[in-house]
Amino acid sequence: MTHALTHMLSGARGRLLMAAVFVLSSAWIVATRPADGAVTGGAIPSPRAGFAAPEIELESLEGGRVRLADLRGQVVVLNVWASWCPPCRAEMPALQALQEQRGGDGVVVLGINSTIQDSEQAVRDFASEYALTFPIGLDRDGQATRLYQVRALPSTFFIDRQGIIRRVVVGGPLDPSVLETTVLELLGEGD
Amino acid sequence: MLPVLQIGPAAVQLPGLLLLAGVWIGSLLAERQARRLGMAGDGVERLILVALVSGVVAARLGYAASYPEVYLSRPVGLLALTPFTLAPDVGVAAGLIAAWIYGQRKQLPLWPTLDALAAGLAAFAVCLALAHLASGEAFGAPADVPWTIELWGARRHPTQAYELLASAAIFLLLLRLEAGRPFPGFAFGVFLALTAGARLVIEAWRGDSVVWFESLRAAQIVSLAVLLGALALLRRLAGASTRPGS
Repeated sequence: MTHALTHMLSGARGRLLMAAVFVLSSAWIVATRPADGAVTGGAIPSPRAGFAAPEIELESLEGGRVRLADLRGQVVVLNVWASWCPPCRAEMPALQALQEQRGGDGVVVLGINSTIQDSEQAVRDFASEYALTFPIGLDRDGQATRLYQVRALPSTFFIDRQGIIRRVVVGGPLDPSVLETTVLELLGEGD
Repeated sequence: MLPVLQIGPAAVQLPGLLLLAGVWIGSLLAERQARRLGMAGDGVERLILVALVSGVVAARLGYAASYPEVYLSRPVGLLALTPFTLAPDVGVAAGLIAAWIYGQRKQLPLWPTLDALAAGLAAFAVCLALAHLASGEAFGAPADVPWTIELWGARRHPTQAYELLASAAIFLLLLRLEAGRPFPGFAFGVFLALTAGARLVIEAWRGDSVVWFESLRAAQIVSLAVLLGALALLRRLAGASTRPGS
């Protein structure tokens, strides 16, 4: 087989082979041009980078409603957590610091507590302990965590101003540098 | 898809684990191939290590250079164990340059070294395809053929499976070609040509292609250039090996 390959590559046969590869490949590239919408997931809601963030509406810890759609136009850091989860605890100060430092720049941290596997009293104690000021939605029936296919806590979704998920970080704790640089990148796109 | 393995309290990122396995298996294979080709196996193994370490360090520094205010105020962020704060283009360039310098210093012969690396790279490509299967990355375009899979909100081409089949076939073919290498650089050239050819074909069904010139898939254009370059390289090396006195 190797001799046959060497034979094909040598002399005029080799030049002809390369020309044929170029012509056929170019025809293939042109023939398989993507149709409109075939290479972007932006229009389809799905919990992964490049797709529209699935809509969620939950009761907030303060008693009102928290809707992702209401935050459109801002960079959203959607963090799914539970009070008993050690890495969630470890990264919470960085999320609160981000909210305090970048909240005025068009960034909002949205906490989604996986209440189906937590207790509301523990959530209140947690929010008080860490002096959390960002909105927290209570996922009492697990609908939001199912919708976002959360397989591990914490999970963090970075959503741009157009409502497209741009980065998903499963597990934690998140390094503050990841939070800061990702948010700066998304804010920079709006300049 | 199985992106996360929950083992007790630990969430193990399966795609990352598969990529690490790919590096390990690839290094072992390259070392074995180097010995078969009469070279010092640990020279190739160290070359891989030098390229990897240089690449990762440069990729992190390259990324940090884009956000000096973040990293100057908190330099420990440079050590964060995350793949997100890396500049891949800087890392690849630095890894290649470091490997080149190391190879020159240790006087590793270029084409036999690349031949030794070929099977290892092919094994890594198989692990990369498995990582894509686990994570759902490199996904296909929506389609209505009978073998579509439900992924990310639509029935899609299982491009990760296509990628796995192609990379496994290339890996097995390279192992078969081991015995009959007609000239130095043959295995590496064949690996490059087949990998580029496979990507050129499979990219047609991808749903995450980057588009250039409004309607052409970037990966196909790059693959075509690599494929032609690999064929030209094979022709040149074949010609050099048959010249009198070579």
